[in-house]
Amino acid sequence: MSLAATSPRANFKENIRYAFSRPTPAMEREHEEMVLRSTLSVKRASRFRVGEAGKAWIALIPALIFLTFFMIYPIINSFLMSFFEKFTFVGGTNTSFVITNVIAALQNSRVKDPVFGFGNYVNVLNDNLFTKALGNTALMVVFSVPLTIIIGLLIAVALYSIKPLQGFFQTVFFLPYVTNTIALGMVFQTIFSRGGLFNAMFGLGDVAWIDVTANRWSMFFVLVVYAIWNGLAFKILVFMSGLASIDRQYYDAARIDGAKRSTILRRITIPLLSPQILYITITSFIGAFKAYTEVMSIFGGNNDFGGTTKQEWITVVGYIYTYIDSAPDRAAAGSMVLLVIILLITLVQMVVSKKRVHY
Amino acid sequence: MAAHETYFATTKQLRIYKAKQILHNVLVYGFLTLVGIFIVIPFLYMIIASFRNPTAFDQEDAFHMFVLFPNWWNDSLLQPNYTLDNYITVFTYRGASGHSINFGLYYANTLFVSAVSTIFTIATSVLAAFAFARCEFKGKNLLFTILLATMMIPGEMMVITNYQTVKIIGWENTYSALIFVHGVSVFYIFYLRQTFQQIPNELFLAAKVDGYGHFRYLWRVMIPIASPTILTIAILSLMGAWNAYVWPNLVASGTYKNSWMFGMNEGWSMWLVSNGLMNLFSNTDTGLDHQTVRIAGSVIVTAPLFLFFLIFRKYIMRGISRSGIKG
Repeated sequence: MSLAATSPRANFKENIRYAFSRPTPAMEREHEEMVLRSTLSVKRASRFRVGEAGKAWIALIPALIFLTFFMIYPIINSFLMSFFEKFTFVGGTNTSFVITNVIAALQNSRVKDPVFGFGNYVNVLNDNLFTKALGNTALMVVFSVPLTIIIGLLIAVALYSIKPLQGFFQTVFFLPYVTNTIALGMVFQTIFSRGGLFNAMFGLGDVAWIDVTANRWSMFFVLVVYAIWNGLAFKILVFMSGLASIDRQYYDAARIDGAKRSTILRRITIPLLSPQILYITITSFIGAFKAYTEVMSIFGGNNDFGGTTKQEWITVVGYIYTYIDSAPDRAAAGSMVLLVIILLITLVQMVVSKKRVHY
Repeated sequence: MAAHETYFATTKQLRIYKAKQILHNVLVYGFLTLVGIFIVIPFLYMIIASFRNPTAFDQEDAFHMFVLFPNWWNDSLLQPNYTLDNYITVFTYRGASGHSINFGLYYANTLFVSAVSTIFTIATSVLAAFAFARCEFKGKNLLFTILLATMMIPGEMMVITNYQTVKIIGWENTYSALIFVHGVSVFYIFYLRQTFQQIPNELFLAAKVDGYGHFRYLWRVMIPIASPTILTIAILSLMGAWNAYVWPNLVASGTYKNSWMFGMNEGWSMWLVSNGLMNLFSNTDTGLDHQTVRIAGSVIVTAPLFLFFLIFRKYIMRGISRSGIKG
């Protein structure tokens, strides 16, 4: 029984084309399973069987239970929470889930004072600490991300052009990735301390880089250096795998035409790497906007973001965790702002890159 | 004259070409070496300083200690400037507050949590990925799209609510909170599904002819084929658990109440290594404030990761180039 016979076509020409075209995977599968069904039909009918869909749900249940409880529900709950001003556990502690508190608060809002609205967002956006956190994070992102990407790209191109020692260098450059952010942050803290290696190496004497008395911008310098040191590995790795997928013929053709190395880099390598560059740009912008532990580990302490106030270089995520206990509604509004920023970054980069990225 | 002329470069042109090549190599290797030094210095400094006698560390110029390598040799023979004291302090220190400050304990906690959570993650991810890759059911695409969409949402949003949920269901300072709450990862499901989908359908049909059901097929055929991907996921998950800081710091900063583990009744700290590192060594009350001790702590936390990296380099690099996550 041929496949063509099972689905008659309107005219002869199409029928012929259908018969001689390569069957799609879906058609093949359908055909094979039909044959199988006919051969196995006796066995199948003899006992009770859970259908394919049933088996799928059995397999999905463990993951879905945890995802619903600890991912889907929290997203909905935090979203709702951000719209309730002065959110507290009105349902009592230790007895009910947070969502019941949301419902209670909603009922409250109908009866008594209106707590449902944009109050938290107004509070958060008017909070000097939050605007400071936003500015700090934006500054770190704007400085560290492009620098890391450009340096990473240069390293990857240089690394790809050499043969001896390539594996050695690649392993060395990858080392920062497999380390503990906090452990190495503490090493940087020691390196940039007053009597530390950095001052000694460049003969700077007794400059304070990260002490409580240090200048805001010298702290920033250390943060950016650590961000670059920490972030290079992943970028190099992705760029290297992108470079490996570029067809060597382009380079051979360019070399025959006598193109300069800089021209090759500008006209071939970077355009053909554009999908990787886009991917890296989006992930590192988002990652850098979530900076938290790296900042604390540089200043050395839980919720210590430098300076005498311990808030000199607080980040958006730092702000969220500062309020997670005392004002969860405010923290939720802060996390919603973070979500909007992340979506905006992604959207802008998608739109901008639409013309520039070659797939 | 031949019809097709072959162009030979003159000796001078060749020499210029070679010179350019050498210059290029010098520049490239020079650049890479400089970056390599930038990358390696913190590691070298960490290792050297961790063996340094605390008083010697304070008195000496950091650059002198770091660069004058021969001095290291003389020092170690003549004076006790290099010791293991820092490491001994990290492992044996007991705080005055009754709360046992003990890196061995943090190590045990971290090993236990990372091992169990990795097994849990793999079990759930494999099953879910199998359902998405191999089975047909109603609402499959919708469900998968919803799960993928949640990957865009920052984890902080979930942490805010989960923190309260954990308090309500009494999971504070338990291993359950550290293992199960963020144990299932959409990314791992997605990554495994892609691998499973590459397995040809013919294998399934052949297995079916041999009388295999869906789950036997998963266990006997799909998991062995996808084992490199599963290993990659296991490594990423282990690394994530090893580096976890924020979540344990929120829900497990106290001591464990139940006594089923090792017969401990009280004072069983729930901290993981990162928490120990961050909180102990920055706290002047504990007496562990000294820089060399702190750096020895950093070495202790970093060393297992390094060892792991050396063994599983291939899988780690392959997995990470696709994921872009860092625990």
